Amino acid sequence: MKHIVKILALVVAITVLWIGLLQTSVIPDSYTWLLPIYFVVSLGCYGLLMVGVGLMNFPTCPQEALLLQKDIVEAKEYLKQKGVNLPLN
Amino acid sequence: MDGQHQKQKNKYSIIVPTYNERLNIGLIVYLIFKHLRDADFEIIIVDDGSPDGTQDVVKQLQQVYGEDRILLRARPRKLGLGTAYIHGIKHASGNFVVIMDADLSHHPKYLPSFISKQLETGADIVTGTRYVKGGGVHGWNLMRKLTSRGANVLAQTLLWPGVSDLTGSFRLYRKSVLEDIISCCVSKGYVFQMEMIVRASRKGYHIKEVPITFVDRVFGSSKLGGSEIVEYLKGLAYLLVTT
Repeated sequence: MKHIVKILALVVAITVLWIGLLQTSVIPDSYTWLLPIYFVVSLGCYGLLMVGVGLMNFPTCPQEALLLQKDIVEAKEYLKQKGVNLPLN
Repeated sequence: MDGQHQKQKNKYSIIVPTYNERLNIGLIVYLIFKHLRDADFEIIIVDDGSPDGTQDVVKQLQQVYGEDRILLRARPRKLGLGTAYIHGIKHASGNFVVIMDADLSHHPKYLPSFISKQLETGADIVTGTRYVKGGGVHGWNLMRKLTSRGANVLAQTLLWPGVSDLTGSFRLYRKSVLEDIISCCVSKGYVFQMEMIVRASRKGYHIKEVPITFVDRVFGSSKLGGSEIVEYLKGLAYLLVTT
């Protein structure tokens, strides 16, 4: 099954549930009409929250850049010794 | 030791596509040999006709390390990343293939962890991820981080791929698996990496992750602009309707 079909099926299921709520009036209709708006807003909030959390906990590794510089010096020395001509920069 | 026995049997073909990487290719080859002492491997360098003399450096490296360990499989001109991998696979004699960038953003010191993860789990694909504990990125500004997080949340929400880092390209594949998925991937650039892993995931291949750190290009420049973002969104839509 293509992935878009799965997502559409999910959307249809939610819509059916919503229409069901409208028909049966389990909760007042005026609330039910607002539910799609809440849904979209909470989806947006979820996205922003995930991006925010991801950004706050973004793993960085400044020490790796230093280690890499050491490796580069070591590699250049070894290769020079072996007679490989590498450019200086 | 069964793991030890398997380690003797497995051969790893490391495919490194290059274009104007005469300095980096020397460094990366040295670092691969330094960190992969007890594995059987070969390095396949697919050079797209670099005008800067990358191939001359590779030939000198062959003198040092042996022509059977470093294979230069050049192509006449820039023909794209996907076909570079296909070209490399054709010449690969190992039963596993590692794909990595030549620009030193992928450090060879992580190769042993890819290999041991595969041996432990029997995975078909081991993919490096920057976004878990032990992994990380260096050299990105806030804008780049924001774009990356946004792109990731979007892809995770829409595609449910089951891996945390879709656009990373430091991966180990079982050769037959790579051959299988690469033939149906048509995207380019970042999206190509995403397409490979999403298709593999949909086909039910066993995918495992290991943390890697990513130090953005030391020598040379790296680019991410508005057109990349548009390409990414197009790629996402494409994967939504085709996988």
